[in-house]
Amino acid sequence: MNFENILEIPPYSLNKEDKEKLLNDRLIKLTKFHKENCPEYSRILDSIDFKVDSIKSYKDLPFLPVRLFKELELKSVDKSEIVKTMTSSGTTGQAVSKIFLDRTTSSNQQKAMVKIVSSFTGSSRMPMIIIDCPSVVKNRMMFSARGAGILGFSMFGSKKIYALDDDMKLDVDAMRDFLLKYKGQKILLFGFTFMIWQHFYKELIRLEKEGVKFDLSNGIMIHGGGWKKLVNEAVSPEEFHQRLNNVCGLDSIHDYYGMVEQTGCIYMQCECGHLHASIFSDIITRRPIDFSECDFNEKGIIQVLSTIPESYPGHSLITEDEGIILGEDDCPCGRKGKYFKITGRMKNAELRGCSDTYAAKFK
Amino acid sequence: MTNLEKYNKTFTETLGISEDELQGLEYQGISQWDSVGHMGLVSAIEDEFDIMMDTDDIIDFSSYEKGKEILKKYDVEL
Ligand SMILES: [Zn+2]
Repeated sequence: MNFENILEIPPYSLNKEDKEKLLNDRLIKLTKFHKENCPEYSRILDSIDFKVDSIKSYKDLPFLPVRLFKELELKSVDKSEIVKTMTSSGTTGQAVSKIFLDRTTSSNQQKAMVKIVSSFTGSSRMPMIIIDCPSVVKNRMMFSARGAGILGFSMFGSKKIYALDDDMKLDVDAMRDFLLKYKGQKILLFGFTFMIWQHFYKELIRLEKEGVKFDLSNGIMIHGGGWKKLVNEAVSPEEFHQRLNNVCGLDSIHDYYGMVEQTGCIYMQCECGHLHASIFSDIITRRPIDFSECDFNEKGIIQVLSTIPESYPGHSLITEDEGIILGEDDCPCGRKGKYFKITGRMKNAELRGCSDTYAAKFK
Repeated sequence: MTNLEKYNKTFTETLGISEDELQGLEYQGISQWDSVGHMGLVSAIEDEFDIMMDTDDIIDFSSYEKGKEILKKYDVEL
């Protein structure tokens, strides 16, 4: 099965058995492909004595730690084929991941994302408010996670505005004009969780005190990037939703989980508050002690698998996030596949322990 | 201005290139036509012909020639 075939299947339509068949086929093929085309990846598989031909389930495939993309430049196509390099966000001085995309992988990322997101927003494009500043997509050679997210979601916008200026101040007049112009239409709002809280929500609260109020009850908000930075503010996802609803009437709010190492395969939050795996990807939670698979409702380290990556060996990765798989195929929202929640990030000490365990596996 | 002239103008103005570079031009073929340039080009075409492209067509719009084919779906004859 190639990726074109997978794209024809509605993204939340397969039950466990059919999805496993699809993933086994595609992910084992990708493993073979990367072994043949990425020398570093091949060496890693050799070092753990991994024989891809003896594998029956995608669950037994090796997983690379996401940090490896900070240390190695991993690609499975010739340098001349690379059209885009994406980087993870990192604070200054920190090493960043580098993900190399060729035309096929880049286009498949967009196609998968369109399938996933339109199953939540509908297929028509909407006027869109990007809750960020325009300069974030200016450095075109190196895409940050933020820039890549904005560009990816821009496809769903018809007319677009950036709500913040380059000093991260809310452009109140531009917002007002935009909302007036598209009054009565469904509006898409997109941004990163922390940015929305810091530069949008807080400003709306301040404006409310001055008697300025925006009505976004027609809006659908998609936000991602994680809750890490909001820990200090002690804001829970439920409270985030509730408070935004109070200040501007926004009710359709969807968080998503995703990472630059597997762009395209995002995990959208449904109406019941659960993050969902689409047919393009899967998640497995693992016990830190021996990397065995957790049961449902048991907290573990998250492994992500994606059917997309062809230009770099990123189809099976172990993240630094912890989560809990809540169930499979039976979310009340009707979508098939696993649904889960993120509980946090592994602490550094644990991480070190974890990479030691991982390194030990490689010996 | 004919539709073809308008179409060409969206490319030359958005991507900052000259008309003789248009034949055979592909998405990701030049540095200006990257994913940022692509969204700019789509908006320019939509404004010029007063249409709204489907997301699938935005993704399929992979070359100068392909764009002409796509525009036919929106009743824009070049
Ligand atoms: Zn659900």
